[in-house]
Amino acid sequence: MNPGRPITEEDFQAYVDHALDERRQEEVEEYLSTHPDAARRVAAYAAQRQALRAALAPIAEEPVPDRLNLARLIEARQHRQAHSWLSAPGAGLWRNIAAAVALVLIGGAGGWSMHGITAGKASMNPESMLTQEAMDNYRVYAADAVRPVEMHAGEQEQLLRWVSQRLDRKVAVPDLSASGYRFMGGRLVATAHGPGAMFFYDDSSGNRIAMLVRPMKQDGDAPMTEHQKDDVGGVTWCNRGMGYSLVADASAQALHPLADEARRQLRTKI
Amino acid sequence: MNDMMLLVEPLIPPLRRYARALVKDHATADDLVQDCLERAITRWHQRRQDGDARTWLFTILHNLAVSHMRQNRRRGSHVTLDDGVDEAMIARPATQEDALHHADVIQALQSLPEDQRSVLLLVSVEDLTYAEAARVLDIPIGTVMSRLARAREKLLQKMEGAPAQEAAKGGATIHRPVFGAGIFRRVK
Repeated sequence: MNPGRPITEEDFQAYVDHALDERRQEEVEEYLSTHPDAARRVAAYAAQRQALRAALAPIAEEPVPDRLNLARLIEARQHRQAHSWLSAPGAGLWRNIAAAVALVLIGGAGGWSMHGITAGKASMNPESMLTQEAMDNYRVYAADAVRPVEMHAGEQEQLLRWVSQRLDRKVAVPDLSASGYRFMGGRLVATAHGPGAMFFYDDSSGNRIAMLVRPMKQDGDAPMTEHQKDDVGGVTWCNRGMGYSLVADASAQALHPLADEARRQLRTKI
Repeated sequence: MNDMMLLVEPLIPPLRRYARALVKDHATADDLVQDCLERAITRWHQRRQDGDARTWLFTILHNLAVSHMRQNRRRGSHVTLDDGVDEAMIARPATQEDALHHADVIQALQSLPEDQRSVLLLVSVEDLTYAEAARVLDIPIGTVMSRLARAREKLLQKMEGAPAQEAAKGGATIHRPVFGAGIFRRVK
């Protein structure tokens, strides 16, 4: 190490955080002893660090609430895996409620889309509408900390049976694990064009992406198009009358390779 | 799952503290921690073996908190500089004096931009190394350092009520009683 190395702003920060090696620490102290302005500033940072720690320490000393009990969370997870959704008590009731809510939402959304037309709003092409629906649902469900999906990945078979029945079309789930995205599960969602199936994935850092699937009015294919609205990007395409829109809190460009992979798999699966 | 209990359970109190310092509302903060733990449970076997559990969990929690705050901003119900300090946020103050003192720090903290607040909390309160904080925030270490410097300077201004321009020069001049009878009194 060169003892003549000039003292930098980073040294001050690291000094406050006790992150310097002994030698550098001495050098910084020596500097501070002859530079009172810098010394005052560093002392103020150190005091501020102490004050922050003291102010926030009581939170970490609170008893952990029951719902954050790790053993129970693990147990709940194992329970969910062991018991299929169909055999779980009360599941049928929830399914009926979900369906009823979906119907009400569809009715409302249908009315709203009519409003759009009569009010002379810019007409959207079918892919843009699908993307919009995907983004809207993504904003609602991907941000949900408690229950983003209705059925978990472990219940994939039942989930697919359910949504295939509701969409009256065979629905499949692409596997994006090779791209680092784990399948979380899915749910039935309401769109202005009837029920849709939404599948969720997340990466190891917890970033979520989702894919909306629903039948399109027109049979046939549509090429991939990229869409962006604020922070949410989407890549949308149609294959044999089924519309797909992959959306995430990311740029559409970044999503494109994932959409390519999903489309490739779906072509072989369906 | 035994190693998970051993490694993760002691992290729950610090995770709660970080969440609450970021999002203020108690219930929301615990929602985020719960979501974080559930993700950690389902993906325990997928975590990078070279990374430690603490950095990994803070990364998950941080991303959840950021997307939550973004959603809130979209809805327009964001926390602004003008928000008063949330008294409920300061947990069980020992004395009235402590409460006042803590409230000042928390209020100043809340006024920092989110990216500066996270760096300051991870490094100053949660004791993550600069490299760990860089991994959690997915930014270069240099950016961690510059944000940290900005956060500290800004917090200082907020707490001392010093004019921004002067403080930005970094010079401790006339208006810097620093440890006077101000809020740092009981510290150190």
